[in-house]
Amino acid sequence: MTPLLQLRDVARSYVTRNNLFGQARPVRAVDGISLTVNAGETLGIVGESGSGKSTLGRMALGLELPDEGTVTFDDAPMPAPGSAAWRTLRRQMQMVFQDPLGALDRRLPVLEQIIEPLVIHGIDGDQRSAGLAALASVGLSAAQGARHPHELSGGQRQRVVIARALITSPRLLVCDEPVSALDVSIQAQVVNLLIDLQAERGLGMVFISHDLRVVRQISNRVAVMYLGRVVEEAAADDLFRAPQHPYTRALVSAAPSPGPRRVERVILTGEPPNPAARPEGCAFHPRCPVATARCRTEAPAPARIAPGHTAACHLLTPAAKVAAR
Amino acid sequence: MSATATLPPARRLPQIPWYVTLGMGWIVLVLAVALLADLITPFVYTAMDLQYRLVPPFQTWAHPLGTDELGRDVLSRLIVSIRVSLLIAFGATLISAILGTTLGFLAAHFRGIVEQAVLMLADFQAALPFLILALSVLAFFGNSLPLLIGLMGLYGWERYARIARGLAISASAQGYATAITQLGATPQRVYLRHILPNIASTLIVSMTLIFPEVILLESGLSFLGLGVQPPMTSLGNMVGYGREYITRAAWIMLCPATVIVLTTLAVSLVGDWLRDRLDPTLG
Repeated sequence: MTPLLQLRDVARSYVTRNNLFGQARPVRAVDGISLTVNAGETLGIVGESGSGKSTLGRMALGLELPDEGTVTFDDAPMPAPGSAAWRTLRRQMQMVFQDPLGALDRRLPVLEQIIEPLVIHGIDGDQRSAGLAALASVGLSAAQGARHPHELSGGQRQRVVIARALITSPRLLVCDEPVSALDVSIQAQVVNLLIDLQAERGLGMVFISHDLRVVRQISNRVAVMYLGRVVEEAAADDLFRAPQHPYTRALVSAAPSPGPRRVERVILTGEPPNPAARPEGCAFHPRCPVATARCRTEAPAPARIAPGHTAACHLLTPAAKVAAR
Repeated sequence: MSATATLPPARRLPQIPWYVTLGMGWIVLVLAVALLADLITPFVYTAMDLQYRLVPPFQTWAHPLGTDELGRDVLSRLIVSIRVSLLIAFGATLISAILGTTLGFLAAHFRGIVEQAVLMLADFQAALPFLILALSVLAFFGNSLPLLIGLMGLYGWERYARIARGLAISASAQGYATAITQLGATPQRVYLRHILPNIASTLIVSMTLIFPEVILLESGLSFLGLGVQPPMTSLGNMVGYGREYITRAAWIMLCPATVIVLTTLAVSLVGDWLRDRLDPTLG
């Protein structure tokens, strides 16, 4: 089966300037990532701020073209943003944003915004009843459809955004921190809604978040990002039950869990990652509790450490395997 | 994210403050006068009656606002002046709003060299005293009403351009415009159906700020003898030619001056009120 979405060695740099006369410096936000998303599968992407998760999400949707590498959707390369082919493809791939109030036009009633993709893509039929059905599918009433975004609560707004994203029956949905602006009780509702809708429609989904609990709940597979690279990728259950990479271990041990703590909490020291000052060798070595001399000079490549489980760490890969590559 | 209180479903009827009502009333009156000018002028505005020169207001029923130095009826001249001045002011404000907003949107959409060019033009326009530009254009190309309107249409476009560019960029950077683009909408749809209505309130307020300035500018140019040329008349033109008689026949100048002040004030008041009404988040 061909994957729905495939990213091969994608990289994206931005240019920053420290001060008025400072030299422009490229910052590699995403640095050579390969990922696939299959239909009906949710890929969770976790990482700290600045790890490049959102940039990755934007490239997965084709909102930005990668500087290096390729993104293919259905085995076809992603068209240039803004082109007619790109616009047509939007029907197949949609996005859910972090800030639903910002993503909605505050001057229009929400029902009108939900049916807007139908208008844009020239999908005929009874648009209004399609919009009402979409409202109902996210648990909102027709009366709420007549309201403006500022008259709804945060969770209701995010439901509106989801309804708008799903009305064209897309095959790929990218959610960029969709619940981080919501209360915890509302978060659960929205996450459950996404899980139900995905199961119903067999969507491929990319779920970007820094919240491990949410990612664990919704994802089939999880990729952990650190400074623009994927350090570990595995099935969600494997990754959270037996994290392998030192960074993942620290992340998982830091997540609160009910009951007595089963694993020793790993406390990371050192600076939080700064993409503008990427360390030599393995990007994680300054904070890594088990770093060796080799980690300071040589960047580890992602390697398969178990079926369906890859990690980028020298300590997890036998030296012989690395030499053979 | 701001937590806004939910409005009651039944919207209240708009409560219009009394000064806005007065302002609207004045604007309606002035517009009606401008539209019906041909029907309601008691005399032809150029008709002279040398027997009745410099008649003060309220002296005879024939000339309720008096007559000027050539015995022309001030009321008739005022009515025609209102028509001419409003035509220039509305035309010019509309031209500059459309021109400025279009350039601002182009700058925001294309960025890069287009944006640089628009911003440079805007800076140039802002740095150049408009009166000098107007004087030189009118001196070289002579004087006609369409030319005057077109010239005034250049007044203030840079303000709309800056506002439109800034708001469009901020909308594209994080908000609804990105979302709509992501849905597959064409740039025309994003700009005309979403960004324009969202920033219209700001643009309308700018229009109500620039409109009085255009009236005053037209008055200034006419006062200098470069605007509307006699025998055609405008508010500024009346003030300009009436100044010689300010001690003996102040009404020639005071009547058009009062209309200028009241009209600009009314437009400003209504514009400010409109801004609040156009914002759905301000109940």
